[in-house]
Amino acid sequence: MSLFNEQLTVGESLRLHGISRRGFIKFCTAAASAMALPPWMGAAMAEQLHQAPRPSVVYLSFQECTGCFESLTRSFAPTIESLIFNVISLDYDDTLMAAAGDAAEAALTKAMKDNFGKYVLVIDGSVPTGAGGAYCTSGGRSAVDTLREAAKGAAAIVCVGTCSAFGGIPFADPNPTSAWPVTAIVGDKPIINVSGCPPIPEVITGTLLQFVSTGQVPDLDEHRRPKAFFGNTIHDRCYRRPFYDEGKFAKSFDDEGARNGWCLYELGCKGPTTYNACATIKWNGGTSFPIESGHGCLGCSEPGFWDKGSFYAAQSSAEWGKGGAPSPRRVLEVGGAAVAAGAVLGVASAGVSRLRQHRSEQNTADRDKKEG
Amino acid sequence: MNLLDFARGPALKVAIAVFCLGITWRIVAFALLRIRRDMNRPRASVLKFLGGGLLTVGSRSWPHREFIGRTGAGEALGYSYHIGLFALVLLFTPHILFLGSLFGVTWPGLPSSLITVISVLTLTLFLAVLFRRVTNPVMRMLSNFDDYFSWFITMLVMVTGLAATAHFGARYETLLAIHILSVDALLVWFPFGKLMHAFYIFPSRALNGALLARKGATS
Repeated sequence: MSLFNEQLTVGESLRLHGISRRGFIKFCTAAASAMALPPWMGAAMAEQLHQAPRPSVVYLSFQECTGCFESLTRSFAPTIESLIFNVISLDYDDTLMAAAGDAAEAALTKAMKDNFGKYVLVIDGSVPTGAGGAYCTSGGRSAVDTLREAAKGAAAIVCVGTCSAFGGIPFADPNPTSAWPVTAIVGDKPIINVSGCPPIPEVITGTLLQFVSTGQVPDLDEHRRPKAFFGNTIHDRCYRRPFYDEGKFAKSFDDEGARNGWCLYELGCKGPTTYNACATIKWNGGTSFPIESGHGCLGCSEPGFWDKGSFYAAQSSAEWGKGGAPSPRRVLEVGGAAVAAGAVLGVASAGVSRLRQHRSEQNTADRDKKEG
Repeated sequence: MNLLDFARGPALKVAIAVFCLGITWRIVAFALLRIRRDMNRPRASVLKFLGGGLLTVGSRSWPHREFIGRTGAGEALGYSYHIGLFALVLLFTPHILFLGSLFGVTWPGLPSSLITVISVLTLTLFLAVLFRRVTNPVMRMLSNFDDYFSWFITMLVMVTGLAATAHFGARYETLLAIHILSVDALLVWFPFGKLMHAFYIFPSRALNGALLARKGATS
């Protein structure tokens, strides 16, 4: 069973919904623009998509909070409706689909069988491997088994959200469920990470659209994220950046600096080390993004963001791993022990030096006595 | 753990420990060294003896009138880059926050763009200092590996810091990690090389001055 049980090309589907070819080209041009693709890519995408059958997409949710899917449903360009009605065939998604139980499992099996080697597998959530995978099961199968099976026939895997991309919160210390990102489980498929907690909706749909229209994995950074969206730091594109350069920093969330829109670096903003499109694409149809709303970036699209110390410690702060940032007391402990050891060494060195000096003087005195 | 976490985590902790250990070791060993007993009758009172020490700290920190033509430029160069270093280390906001995270105290900083100008000027002065060292025959003869390595590691910290600020050559977090690693390396090298002059310079001048004052000489 498929949610949209039609084997139509994208063009046919669009015609059915009364969307003109011209309108579709405009839609693809807007999507290409959002992905920072060359201008001609919009028309090329439209042409490719128009003739192609709607690619099958299987969306599996594992150890997650559904925030990523909630984000996806708020995409403005393309909207989730236009994506799943016109561009892709969403054959399995346990959050959206009406089917449940055996019918839902049968839909998954059928989608994987009918589109073996061609479907796009979207993963949301980390994969717990502890206790034989018992921390996350669906239809009597563990997440890790379902992933391995679904990955076999996937053309590519798109990891939506930091949990599936990098492990996210479940992966954070002490990782009680032995959770892993998808890349740790599947090694033989093209994997595209669309990280974020949650990711920007347009980044999810844009990445999917680019893959299904071109059939190719976009240019990725070293964390397998599309460079079109993750090529710059938030700091580089932040509208508060001039204040950083001027040395104007908000000291608290409600001081005059904060009200004047000054840089949030001192309040722990992780923008300088966070690669994402928040400052350009923004959220809720380009309304704003967290920094614009007055809070520093948490760095949620970076690996291990949950374990990188306080969200409110400035980026240049020292971090001493477990226990967070070093406090004067911890510095004193480390420094104090070293100072004590240094003092002992100093006393010993001075003692040795004095002994040598004494022997040298004695030798000189003995020699003088002999000669004299 | 990525490179940045390593640089400002375990590597920094070890560097601070080595720095504290090395500094204390050398200062204690220096302070407890036996000064050969001067059998001569003191030519000055205890007050003059101590005052002579303090005066020498001041007088040796300024070019002698007789040699100002020959040493003035060098001293101006030295003072300039030391002031530059002081501003870079203590008046750049990210550095203040770094020190604040260690010691719990912060203070106002200078605008980042002004710090960038100071960095470029200080770098230029640093190159001039090296040029002077290698072109002046006497200085070249007096220099050894310690001088060049101390120069290199200080320069490295400045160059990597400037690259990190300008996002030049690599991703910011990589540049920041390299910068912090270079600081870690400097902290480790500090007590065992000529950078230790930061701690020795005034006590040694004071001691020399005091010993000369005891002999009735001014310095």
